[in-house]
Amino acid sequence: MEKLSTEQLKKTASQVRRDILRMVHEVQSGHPGASLGCTEFFVALYFNQLNHNNDFKIEGKGEDLFFLSNGHISPVWYSVLARSGYFDTAELKTFRKINSRLQGHPATEEGLPGIRIASGSLGQGLSVAIGAAQAKKIDGDEGVVYALMGDGEQQEGQIWEAAMYAPHHKVDNLIATIDFNGQQIDGPTNVVMNLNDLKAKWEAFGWEVIDTLKGNDMESVLAGLEYARTLLGKGKPVLNLLHTEMGYGVDFMVGTHKWHGIAPSDEQLENALGQLEETLGDY
Amino acid sequence: MEKTLDTKFTYTEKSDTRSGFGDGLLEAGRKNPNVVGLCADLIGSLKMGAFQKEFPERFFQVGIAEANMMGLAAGMSINGKIPFTGTFANFSTGRVYDQIRQSIAYSEKNVKICASHAGLTLGEDGATHQILEDLGMMKMLPNMTVINPCDYNQTKAATMAIAEHHGPVYLRFGRPKWPIFTPSDQKFEIGKAWKMIEGTDVTIFATGHLVWEAVVAEAKLREEGISAEVINIHTIKPLDTEAILQSVAKTGCCVTAEEHQYNGGLGDSVAQTLVRNNPAPQEFVGVDDSFGESGTPTDLLEKYGLNADNIVKAAKKAIGRK
Ligand SMILES: Cc1ncc(C[n+]2csc(CCOP(=O)(O)OP(=O)(O)O)c2C)c(N)n1
Ligand SMILES: [Mg+2]
Repeated sequence: MEKLSTEQLKKTASQVRRDILRMVHEVQSGHPGASLGCTEFFVALYFNQLNHNNDFKIEGKGEDLFFLSNGHISPVWYSVLARSGYFDTAELKTFRKINSRLQGHPATEEGLPGIRIASGSLGQGLSVAIGAAQAKKIDGDEGVVYALMGDGEQQEGQIWEAAMYAPHHKVDNLIATIDFNGQQIDGPTNVVMNLNDLKAKWEAFGWEVIDTLKGNDMESVLAGLEYARTLLGKGKPVLNLLHTEMGYGVDFMVGTHKWHGIAPSDEQLENALGQLEETLGDY
Repeated sequence: MEKTLDTKFTYTEKSDTRSGFGDGLLEAGRKNPNVVGLCADLIGSLKMGAFQKEFPERFFQVGIAEANMMGLAAGMSINGKIPFTGTFANFSTGRVYDQIRQSIAYSEKNVKICASHAGLTLGEDGATHQILEDLGMMKMLPNMTVINPCDYNQTKAATMAIAEHHGPVYLRFGRPKWPIFTPSDQKFEIGKAWKMIEGTDVTIFATGHLVWEAVVAEAKLREEGISAEVINIHTIKPLDTEAILQSVAKTGCCVTAEEHQYNGGLGDSVAQTLVRNNPAPQEFVGVDDSFGESGTPTDLLEKYGLNADNIVKAAKKAIGRK
């Protein structure tokens, strides 16, 4: 796929945010908060960084692969998949409705192009990504594997089993990102269950850790992802700590766990859409 | 449509069974200082906030770490605490099966595993969260008591009752607002089935949210001249086999109704009881070896064949097989 410029990426991000809000509003269900917070990441990844074909094949041989571990932020992923041509954007309006391929949490059962494994039960995606990365190595496939996790999700034990495994096996074709928004369902992560020095933890486990301090700034996100790629192939997996704000882009949603998993009302939607330019046309 | 039916039980209000759990936990906590609560980043969803507020020193936020929570609960029970763990039903069972098996069931620890958002009626979150196998997993564990109450009042009563029962318990409840049709002053007896409606042609054994569907089905069948007995099996294990055998001895056939897979559910337990003692035609209302999907609770119950109309059909089929 053609790589979009930063300006084009920013325009795309605005449209993706509109999609997220409209999808969640339509069905009055879903997770807008971290979807909005991770919009720059998804847009930069799919429209600039990932070597992928939108003629979807689940094996993804020769392609870069992406795995979403925090499956509840499906709205941002679905929007980006549709906008990059995996399926028709009109299908976004079926999100979370009966008989839809756009399940509440990503699934393969209905055959939605772009999805390679179900997620939603937290803590499992990094292990899957590592497995996929190792399979590529066996085949001499130069594709890179990406994974995204939540920061609250770091509380799951399986994450740390995977964290220990990947450096031990020198899985250096892997870029894992943590959506470091400091929020989870019951409140800020440092109140719910303190993660303390996450960077030091991952470093201690043997990962090459980078900080993307401005996770909602397109230039920074892109620079972080580009830099991460330069660190591959040196015997260590790469961990990208992406500092984002939950709810970014909508003034009344930003920075709070309250919008983790609730839908905006009609008035709230109107207000929110007023803050986001329609750049590519609503679905 | 339900409104015009002459159901033997009626309701004026709806509430979620998880609120019955939250309110029951608060009362159990007031009665017994040994009751402690643990939750894995779902305090609001599990309605554990009131308990947390009143007993902050007896409540533990464990973060998104369900396996750790089960171990912590087992440990706390050793000196006499009565831990109630709270998370979604999927993460209360499959996610932590071996932790429950070894540290709680096999070790006979007095832990109450309280599981919300069970079954299809969880709705839009979809199959990853809609567990339909939990009753089977839990009833297979020796020492485990398995309870699936039907409405707010019964869930509240069950929550208070399990605090007074010694031993590991799995308490299953759900997310949607559901009719409140059982009395607020009921006494909950673990292991004792409740004959809600007497009948002679067919017995409907129902559990959880589907007890309401069974009550509606009884009224529909009555309109067609069919007399159905409705028995509320709130305790899947230990199963009230005596009540089951007595009823089927009279009616000669039965339907089981549950928000669960055929495999491993209430239907399985009833079938085993009948086959061993008094084989009789049985029809199953449940999920036929499939995962769920996103949708509204009503749409899902319809699509997967779990509502009153399906119970009516199954009842006629069972009668036809007598
Ligand atoms: C194993 C498991 N436990 C609990 C949940 C319920 N749950 C969904 S999202 C979430 C919070 C996740 O926090 P974080 O990873 O920080 O994501 P964010 O809230 O930032 O989107 C929880 C507890 C789940 N989906 N899976
Ligand atoms: Mg977070």
